[in-house]
Amino acid sequence: MIRAEKPDSLLVIVPAYNEVGAIADVVRSVNREMPGIPVLVIDDCSADDTLLAARQAGAEVLPLPHHLGLGGCVQAGYKLAFSLGFQYVIRVDGDGQHNAADIPRILERLKSSGCEMVIGSRFVESNGQKTSTVRSLGIRFFRLVLRPILGQTVYDPTSGFVGVNRNALAVFSRSFPLEYPEIEALVVLQRRRFRFEEVPVKMLPRLTGRSSCCTCYWAFS
Amino acid sequence: MDRLLNVTTVLSILLLVMVLFSVRRAHIRVEYSVSWLATALAMLILSRCRPILEFITRVSGVPDTPLTLFLLSGGLFLIMFFRFSIIISHLRDDNVALAQRVAILEYHLNSLEQHEE
Repeated sequence: MIRAEKPDSLLVIVPAYNEVGAIADVVRSVNREMPGIPVLVIDDCSADDTLLAARQAGAEVLPLPHHLGLGGCVQAGYKLAFSLGFQYVIRVDGDGQHNAADIPRILERLKSSGCEMVIGSRFVESNGQKTSTVRSLGIRFFRLVLRPILGQTVYDPTSGFVGVNRNALAVFSRSFPLEYPEIEALVVLQRRRFRFEEVPVKMLPRLTGRSSCCTCYWAFS
Repeated sequence: MDRLLNVTTVLSILLLVMVLFSVRRAHIRVEYSVSWLATALAMLILSRCRPILEFITRVSGVPDTPLTLFLLSGGLFLIMFFRFSIIISHLRDDNVALAQRVAILEYHLNSLEQHEE
């Protein structure tokens, strides 16, 4: 069983749905970059052997009794992390797109800035990241909509590579959007007058499979 | 006009019978059947009491009596759909919270079992 052993303990959570081809590599890469840091895979009732692959790779697994979707899956991880007393939680996607080497920078920014949330952003600095025209349009649209709501520009509003501190964890474990969690979570934070920052990260191509949802929103994320 | 009112009368009675049978067979909970029964009754009354319908037409300024009936029934059903959307949203939230709680409790239970072993 995972537990928060130090006062500034970190938990890495990985929401996963049918990611058998990628999940083991994701867990191993996090363990390689952050030795000794517990990794919790939240299995959203996968039809394949995601759960088994994650366990064999050395992760703790929280299996959900039925498919909840991304928001419900991530919130389950936040709830468990909060109840176990973790100070920081960093979410990494289970498809291998997030580079575990960026986790220390997100954690460092969380600790040094004192802000409640840090987003791993593809676009905060020009780092040669390219997306399709549709995705790019979607991201620009959300950036435009969120600017007046948040009072600051969020360069990568659909990024799931996110770190939160215990204050945000307390809020998200009580109330977390089920649909469009990345975007709505920013609005939830704003309501509480919480702050967020973005750090530049480089996204990798998916290791296997494809995005679990075909809605327009997922095309942007 | 008379034929249209006869058709809506038949539809209202059909809806009433369907709802009552569903309640009897426990396909629909009583609390959710009330709004359907009220809507079916309202449609029935409007279809059979032509003066009421004509009064509403005159007061609301709608140019046509059948149009009044159409607008009223459409409005009633829209309110009902909205009400059920709210109920479904609450049910989904409760369902997600329950599933998360079950998952976390199972996690703690498994951890305890492993600790004992």
